Amino acid sequence: MTATAHDTAAPAGDAEVVLRAAGLEAGYQRPGRHGFGRRRVPVVAGLDLTVRAGRTVGVVGESGCGKSTLARAIVGLIPAFAGTIEFAGTDLASLPRRRRRRVARDVQMVFQDPYTSLNPRMTVAAVIAEGWRVHPGIVPRDREDAEVARLLDLVGLRPEHAARRLHELSGGQCQRVAIARALALRPRLIVCDEAVSALDMSVRAQILNLLADLQAELGVAYLFISHDLDVVRHIADEVAVMYLGTVVEQGTAEQVFGDPRHPYTRALLSAVPSVRDRPDDAAREIVLEGEVPSPAAPPSGCRFRTRCFMAAERCARDVPELIVREGTAHPVACHFADADTGTDTDAGTASSAR
Amino acid sequence: MSAIAAAPPQAAAEPRRRRLPARAWIGLAVVGLFVLAALLGPVLMPYDPVATDLPHRLLPPGSRLGDGSVAWLGTDQVGRDMLTTLLAGSRVSLLVGAATVLAGGAVGLVAGLVSGYFGGWADAVLSRVGDVQLAFPSILLAILIAGVLGPSVTNVVITLAVTRWVVFARVVRASALATRDLEFVDSARVLGAGHLRILVRHVLPSCWQPLLVAATVQIGLVMVAEASLSFLGLGIPPDQASWGATVAAGRDYLGSAWWISTMPAIALAAVVTGVGLVGDAFRDLADPRAQL
Amino acid sequence: MTMSAVHPAPTPPGEDAAAELRDVHIGFRSGRHVTPVVRGVTLRLLPGRVLALVGESGSGKSLTSLALIGLLPPGAEITSGSVVLGGDDTAGFTARQWREARGSRVAMVFQDPMAALNPGFAVGRQIAEPFRRRLGASRRDARERAVALMREVGIADAETRYGDHPHEFSGGMRQRAVIAMALALGPSVLLADEPTTALDVTVQAQILRLLARRQQEAGLATLLVSHDLGVVARMAHEVAVMYAGRIVEQGPLDAVYTRPAHPYTLGLLRAMPDGKEEGGRLTPIAGLPPDPRRPPGGCAFHPRCPFATDVCRTEDPPLAGSGGRSVACHHADEVRAAHSGPDSAAHGAPQSGPHSAAHSTEEDR
Repeated sequence: MTATAHDTAAPAGDAEVVLRAAGLEAGYQRPGRHGFGRRRVPVVAGLDLTVRAGRTVGVVGESGCGKSTLARAIVGLIPAFAGTIEFAGTDLASLPRRRRRRVARDVQMVFQDPYTSLNPRMTVAAVIAEGWRVHPGIVPRDREDAEVARLLDLVGLRPEHAARRLHELSGGQCQRVAIARALALRPRLIVCDEAVSALDMSVRAQILNLLADLQAELGVAYLFISHDLDVVRHIADEVAVMYLGTVVEQGTAEQVFGDPRHPYTRALLSAVPSVRDRPDDAAREIVLEGEVPSPAAPPSGCRFRTRCFMAAERCARDVPELIVREGTAHPVACHFADADTGTDTDAGTASSAR
Repeated sequence: MSAIAAAPPQAAAEPRRRRLPARAWIGLAVVGLFVLAALLGPVLMPYDPVATDLPHRLLPPGSRLGDGSVAWLGTDQVGRDMLTTLLAGSRVSLLVGAATVLAGGAVGLVAGLVSGYFGGWADAVLSRVGDVQLAFPSILLAILIAGVLGPSVTNVVITLAVTRWVVFARVVRASALATRDLEFVDSARVLGAGHLRILVRHVLPSCWQPLLVAATVQIGLVMVAEASLSFLGLGIPPDQASWGATVAAGRDYLGSAWWISTMPAIALAAVVTGVGLVGDAFRDLADPRAQL
Repeated sequence: MTMSAVHPAPTPPGEDAAAELRDVHIGFRSGRHVTPVVRGVTLRLLPGRVLALVGESGSGKSLTSLALIGLLPPGAEITSGSVVLGGDDTAGFTARQWREARGSRVAMVFQDPMAALNPGFAVGRQIAEPFRRRLGASRRDARERAVALMREVGIADAETRYGDHPHEFSGGMRQRAVIAMALALGPSVLLADEPTTALDVTVQAQILRLLARRQQEAGLATLLVSHDLGVVARMAHEVAVMYAGRIVEQGPLDAVYTRPAHPYTLGLLRAMPDGKEEGGRLTPIAGLPPDPRRPPGGCAFHPRCPFATDVCRTEDPPLAGSGGRSVACHHADEVRAAHSGPDSAAHGAPQSGPHSAAHSTEEDR
């Protein structure tokens, strides 16, 4: 069971690398000054990320941290301004559009809301088979019905769902269809962008189990992007914490959630409401002041310093690199990562105590 | 107190079946009658522009003719039966209305899809051309073109299509623009789908409905425009009946034979109103929020 | 009057309820037919206490809260039972009486602050409006009070931000403004419908803290509607779990979370991922939430319930209990027994039911 992989905390390096992003910069474009030309606003700035075959990398962060931009750049919905996205040895970022489209079948995506990300006018079968229209040769025409039925079974739906339209299905069932659609191209990597966030809590667990089962069965890798730390902690082998376009901390799920070293990670973990919280002990959490600055004008030095409770003079000057530091076992982008974690939070200690 | 008075979150209200209001049925009846008349009328009562009958000229509605038949709507200044003339005119109106909307709609659809979906310079050019054209009174433009082309049914259709495509292009562009950014289009892109596939399979289907609504509204306006051109002698050639031309012909007899101008005018007003009612109903069905 | 002086700090239970629902049924009417959506809900909101209403979409939790402020959506109506505000039965309330009650006696904070603010007016003016219109304050006085209120809810630079429009505010700041508007006239009852669902985690923490502080300072009787068990744990003193239009379990937060007595509550707690799952698998509740318009016969939860027996298919269990703890389940004792020791909030209990199926298939509707 791959789902248990994060318990074994296998040394990263045994499995083949599927995706490697280096120095990735992506974002949106704005009309330039006086309406001439275009100005690039990087939402993701200088990001490094590695996903290995059959493993799950979780990306957590709040809105505006660039996690969705990262997802869209990896699947090619937006161009990368700089850096490389290496997939199976080819740099996707520099491929021309047409060649890039051919690679698309290996990197698929599951969106947050299945009702908006699947065309409501199509039947379930048409939604699943659309990829075969685009990439002929994956499934012969006369085998398509059987293949649709097989995929439906794989995601826990029944063959008769093939003829339905999406509005006849529940949210959870639609998300299963979206997963089947992604799997239809037999990808090696599926980017899940908030894929369970829109679901009811009892259904969410079903979909998370399904994703784990599919990974065990098919060896597909996930880049699992979510704002929900509990979900990421559950499903991810490795975790990257993003803040304002950069990764501030990276490691195995156990390292990041059990021994968070970046002040932002610690604040984030303590802010997540847990069923073990009680009204009177809310005071123990680290509450960050203010809100995330605009990616168009990030602070100098450490991007987190404007909200950081540990910020010092040096933070405004030097950009902290994402490296393994003295006293840490995993890469942290903070000058004070080795600082005393005595002020540690309820959430931090609770999970490291396990 | 808008914090409290704000609309409550989405109600789990039952999807209510929307029904056509009574006035839409009236409109449908008028339009149906008109289409029927245009299709069958000239078959039953063939129109012959040179069949003048001077002894029976300028007879009021309901007069009995020499051959024992009754001219229900009277006769005109050269003794032709008004009913026959109207029926023949209805065919021209329908033909011009439908052909213009089809031609203008087709051009507008393509232009709107291209400029809405791709954006960029194509959009800039098409939109500016449209702006310029809309800023110019369309009847003046039509008079200009029709004057150059000369009177014929085909030329009227071309003239009116040229003045109308912008309206369709705008409607389609708006839908394409809205659909382009929907998530299921992104989802198709992630599959690796090309522009053509996305346009045809994902963007086009959401443009049909607004296009259809625009078309029903435009048909009425086009018929009025055709009548105006014909009234001015720039539209339908004199050997064919046209409501506009008939109104023009009756101008000199307004004092003595009011029915020559009045009958086609009433017919035109009734049909255009009917089409308008149907168009409104279509729009409301498509978008219940626009009802106010 | 200022709102901070309305009540002293938390009031012990047993006092008169600030608002009450008594066996309220709510249905959607289409023609003569009424589809029941909320089926017999009884709740008491006490001053200084937070009651959380937990449930999934379609459980009727939002309708229940809207009934308390007289804002049921068109088509929905209270078919029986009564809504009592500060001792007054609202059954006879005219539209005018409701308008007067809203804001001064009961106020609401919605999920989407952008929808609750008018995009065309300065935020400060919207906060000042109730002072002007309802209390007849002068323009200057209203402005001063609004600025003070904005400060109280943690809007920095309140003076300068007074004239900003909603789109110039961030999501968290907007929700603060909405809270300020809700509290402006010093209501005694606050309804918060998913108040932090649209917000980021760190901002959510700020807003929850603000709500808790204001609630305690003003002694507000609060109804928190949420699907998030964690948010509820952080704020509520008491929990009522709703399923298919009924309250299936109710009691003090700690008791319900650590010793759930209804299989649905137990299922929800088990389905929460918290990084401690054995074997990396979650234990979801099988099947789908029912169509609120056609709940199954008998106990509405029985098609998804691992404890269900024949009696559950035919008989809807009443909500019964003692000592502030009640549950609507024929097998409550078994559920309690299935759940081991106190602090294992969600895990460690023996698995019962069809959780082990490879892909627990959702039922058809």
